[in-house]
Amino acid sequence: MTPILEVRDLSRHFGAIRAVDGVSFRLAPGEMLALIGPNGAGKSTCFDMLMGQTDPTSGQVLLDGRDISGWPARRVWRAGVGRTFQVTATYGSMRVVENVQTALMSHHRRSFAAWPRFRRLYRDEAMALLEQVGMADQAGRPAAVLAYGDLKRLDLAMALAHGPRLLLMDEPTAGMAPAERAALMELTAGIVARQGMAVLFTEHDMEAVFGHAHRVLVLNRGEIIADGPPEAIRADARVQEVYLGGGAEALAAEARDG
Amino acid sequence: MHRKTVLTGLAGLVAAAALGIAGLPAAAQDGEPIKIGEINHFTRLPAFAEPYRTGIEMAVEEINAEGGVLGRPLEFVFRDDQGEPGEAIRIAEELMTREGTVMLTGAILSNVGLAISSLADRREWVYLASEPLADAMVWSQGNPWTFRLRPSTYMQAAMLAEAAAQTDAVTYATIAPNYAYGKDAVAAFKEVLTELKPEVEFVAEQWPALFGIDAGAEVQALERAKPDAIYNVTFGPDLPKFVREGTTRGLFEGREVFGLLSGEPEYMEPLGDEAPEGWTVTGYPWYDFEGDANAEFVSAYQEFAGESPKNGSLVGYSTAKSVAAAIEKAGSTESDAIRQAFEGLEVAVPAGDITYREIDNQSTLGAWVGTTALRDGGGVMVDWSYKNGADYLPDDETVQELRPSE
Amino acid sequence: MGLILAQLLTGLANAGALFMVASGLSLIFGVTRIVNFAHGSFYMLGAYVGYSLMQVLPGAVGFWGAILLSGLVVGLIGALVEVIVLRRVYAAPELFQLVATFGVILVVQDLALAIWGPTDLLGPRAPGLRGVVRVMGEPVPQYDLALIAITPVVALALWYLIARTRVGVLVRAATQDREMVAALGVNQRWLFTGTFFLGCALAGLGGALQLPKGGADLLMDFTILAQVFVVVVIGGMGSLPGALLASVLISVLNVFGVSYLPQSTLVLMYVVMVAVLMWRPFGLLGRAEVAGELGQVGAPEEPIRPAGWPIRATVAAALAVLAALPFWGSPFSVVLATDILIFCLFAASLHMLIGLGGLVSFGHAAFWGGGAYVAALLVARLDVPMEVAMLAAPVGAGLAALAVGWIALRASGVYFAMLTLAFAQLLWSLVLQWGAVTGGDDGIVGVWPADWASGNTAYFYLALALSVGGILALRHMAHAPLGYALRAARDAPLRAEATGLHTRRLQLVAFALAGTLAGLAGGLFVFSKGSVFPNELEISRSFDALIVVFLGGVKTLSGGWVGGAVFESAEDLLTRFAFWRLTLGLLIIAVVIVAPEGIVGAARGLARRAGLTRDADPAREDAR
Repeated sequence: MTPILEVRDLSRHFGAIRAVDGVSFRLAPGEMLALIGPNGAGKSTCFDMLMGQTDPTSGQVLLDGRDISGWPARRVWRAGVGRTFQVTATYGSMRVVENVQTALMSHHRRSFAAWPRFRRLYRDEAMALLEQVGMADQAGRPAAVLAYGDLKRLDLAMALAHGPRLLLMDEPTAGMAPAERAALMELTAGIVARQGMAVLFTEHDMEAVFGHAHRVLVLNRGEIIADGPPEAIRADARVQEVYLGGGAEALAAEARDG
Repeated sequence: MHRKTVLTGLAGLVAAAALGIAGLPAAAQDGEPIKIGEINHFTRLPAFAEPYRTGIEMAVEEINAEGGVLGRPLEFVFRDDQGEPGEAIRIAEELMTREGTVMLTGAILSNVGLAISSLADRREWVYLASEPLADAMVWSQGNPWTFRLRPSTYMQAAMLAEAAAQTDAVTYATIAPNYAYGKDAVAAFKEVLTELKPEVEFVAEQWPALFGIDAGAEVQALERAKPDAIYNVTFGPDLPKFVREGTTRGLFEGREVFGLLSGEPEYMEPLGDEAPEGWTVTGYPWYDFEGDANAEFVSAYQEFAGESPKNGSLVGYSTAKSVAAAIEKAGSTESDAIRQAFEGLEVAVPAGDITYREIDNQSTLGAWVGTTALRDGGGVMVDWSYKNGADYLPDDETVQELRPSE
Repeated sequence: MGLILAQLLTGLANAGALFMVASGLSLIFGVTRIVNFAHGSFYMLGAYVGYSLMQVLPGAVGFWGAILLSGLVVGLIGALVEVIVLRRVYAAPELFQLVATFGVILVVQDLALAIWGPTDLLGPRAPGLRGVVRVMGEPVPQYDLALIAITPVVALALWYLIARTRVGVLVRAATQDREMVAALGVNQRWLFTGTFFLGCALAGLGGALQLPKGGADLLMDFTILAQVFVVVVIGGMGSLPGALLASVLISVLNVFGVSYLPQSTLVLMYVVMVAVLMWRPFGLLGRAEVAGELGQVGAPEEPIRPAGWPIRATVAAALAVLAALPFWGSPFSVVLATDILIFCLFAASLHMLIGLGGLVSFGHAAFWGGGAYVAALLVARLDVPMEVAMLAAPVGAGLAALAVGWIALRASGVYFAMLTLAFAQLLWSLVLQWGAVTGGDDGIVGVWPADWASGNTAYFYLALALSVGGILALRHMAHAPLGYALRAARDAPLRAEATGLHTRRLQLVAFALAGTLAGLAGGLFVFSKGSVFPNELEISRSFDALIVVFLGGVKTLSGGWVGGAVFESAEDLLTRFAFWRLTLGLLIIAVVIVAPEGIVGAARGLARRAGLTRDADPAREDAR
């Protein structure tokens, strides 16, 4: 099966610092891939390069076999990649539904239109997306007053607006209460299963990782040190070593604290 | 609570403005004062505009004591335009349509004067540009409705050029603010001097930014050209800086210096005991008049205002006198009658009898040319003489060419 | 050789006062993030206070003592302003504080006039330093050498304060990371007050130090302000070494410019500024702004919705009353209303840029004056009919905005603002000094409307149609996809990019649109006045619009034109009285303190409290 995403020997150096160094992996449709590693391992840099927010020093990112490395974020998005943010990024001065409408409007290439009334545009589609993430009942509230977990769900609705085939999620459950975390991951898994998209997510919460990922990549000091199904990763000695010098307790602790 | 108060206050302001909007122009009636609209830069150039205002107030008091104009008292309505032409236009409209003024006077800055002049032409209102110096006021941009009292840049530059032609200096350097008045002043001086003395040579031209002079650098640049003589047009805050740097660095030693307007009290007094000596300047030597109309004016003004007169005082006084004479001659307050009265109007002002020339609406008011010296810790003009403005204007044919509108 | 050395020394001497004023401005910005428009006023106060003290204190000790004392006095005045006014508005929207500092400018202008009178004061000379020293045969004033010696001393003292003391640690921390200061548990209030004291003291010191080279006059505040902005921006906002470097650079360049390019002294400075900023958008030694560092503070903006029928009906009725003005008002009211309408359009265009686009421009006069000049030049030089000129004004201004925006949008926040200022000043200096084409400051005169629009009433209707049309169009745009896309780019640029929005292009469109409408207003202006002069391109014109927009309320849709109408009416009313600047200044400061969300914002709050409108969070309001 052709992978949706293929990363070849991707590197990003800041001066002498090798934030990401020769990372390669593939991602198949319908697959949920978790990217984990200790703080400073290079997850965010890697993510930013995939999304076009940072240019790679070398290496390639292929989407459906097409080289998209160095493309700006908006072009990557148009090619069918959606993302959510670690610190939620929503439009605080708009209502919830308008946030989603804005994404839809961009998808339909109407963002420069100065004439039509925005209120009526793509409203039903937006409501359907909100329905999907369970936010329909809050559609009319200003985004600025939402609770954190609701912001995360709105963020997800916006990332899904153009029906992406690849979804990048940067720590989707960070800052959420445990019950909310599970709910959000269930929600995401359900959408992935229904729509057949691929998901790449970074995560500190090991429950989320081992409960939902089909495959796990472990990054340390910019390099991939392990790649495999969750069970194998859990047993991997090198991974345990990285997480606080060995011992399953450390990994368990990481899972507890997030 | 506070919030409410201020908002109410603001609402009140708007309402007051709205009320003002609805006000009707005061109908002119017998016994009602004849109003003149005076627009000036009272906040932008108070040092120049305030003595001018006092001069007008003194003249108005005199005129009304003698029975007013056409049997009615004369009144000037003063308004501040902040030195902005756009504001001046609006105020002119207000004065003429709401305040019921019969004509306009004022402005010092030439750009404001030109803006009002253009409006006056269009609306067929009489405008006496009392102080703006630009040659364009009566020549290239001249129009039938605009008259000018003060001797223009060209006239005063010609007076200095005449004096310059009598010296041995051959090479000249000029320094003038980089704006229209400065350019006009240098061009006129060059033109007249070259005509009078073809062998002169201009070896350097310096153009400091208006009120932004870098005096040390300007002095160095002038020194570099080693001229025999220097022609100075800088004024306002630029002048003291230039004089001080020039004196400190010895620029003026052994050189003839000609200073346009530098002898006016407005320019001389701030220099105090550092006023330059030996410059040939145009100005107003109020301190040395004896036994003539000028002396009378000076002592009357000192009594009226409690301070010594400036050049602006004389201009303001002469402005009000001219206006009164014109309306008296017109026998009416209709614009066109006043305009016609101004054409060829003869008025006696402290400096002498002046005429508003029919050919270009310029008055023949002159200026004093003299040499600067120090006296009692202040700069004064000595060896001065009054130059009649009529003698420093181009011949009629040239004037007609310069004035396309008529 | 000797001459060049002497010129270099002149430049270095000039750099002294400039550095002190600029470093103060830079310091204040770095720590408090306030762009202190009133900094020139503190410089002017320093000169006046120094002059007065020198009259009282005798001899050399008195002279130098007076200089130090005026620094102290002005510093205290600055601290007072900070405590009384600015401290109350730190939570207001980004850059809002500059409105308060503008009010301070007006107040200081009138107070200085009242205290020291209208006549320029000639600064006393430094005792014992009246003569010259011959350097390779060239005369160099002794006081110049003293200035050259003093500047590094002040710079070193500042460096010591910042690099070696606890206060300095805090200042640096605040400059680099605001939250860190809060985390350090520092009393931020006193740090800000102290910084204001120091910054203003430096300005006062600069004002007093230049006395022997000039004096004190009432126009100094704006004269120095433009120059200081140039220096601070070239050096990098918040960077003291940058301020030193740029002061020396600009001063030395000026001296040589005076000798070798005497006609273009003004243009030169702004060309250098634009060139440096194109190369390094954050100045020579400035630091790139972290995105969102200056982000919106204060309450988040409320979602907008198209006006309901009661408001529409009210607006329509008000417009009808306004349109009938020629029938019920005085002839002058028609002229005044025309002026106000035109200014409202200008203000509304900037308001759109700031409100929707989040782009604060300090140079919007470039497009207002640019439009006016395009129209005037076409009429005066090419005899084009009014209709064509009126069309060319917005087109020309829009194209200029496209070009300026393309470059300026490389930066963001306050640097973007400064770049726009640089371009506006460049345009102003060009118009001023390229007299052959533009008429210099004699302007372009005799640009009157075509016959059909020549009466004041006819022109009022033209202005009414175009201004109200423009304002309604802007409002419509706010409710259209473009308006939402702009707000998206402003609220969360990363998210906007990650959902396919080309944020920079959107901002460029907004900038060009704002320029276009400002140009239309400028075109209307020139035909209403019959003339145009370079002062329509001056800094103060840009400030007028900026103040109006902030006073009206940035986070509202109607703040621009409401602010414009209130401000123009208030000014028209107040200029009839003596000391109107003092009154207007105090009024502005009062509005700033009482209604930091602007007039419209405050009115909305009042209406809500009075129960006239609903709350902003009706949970299901839009789910229908």
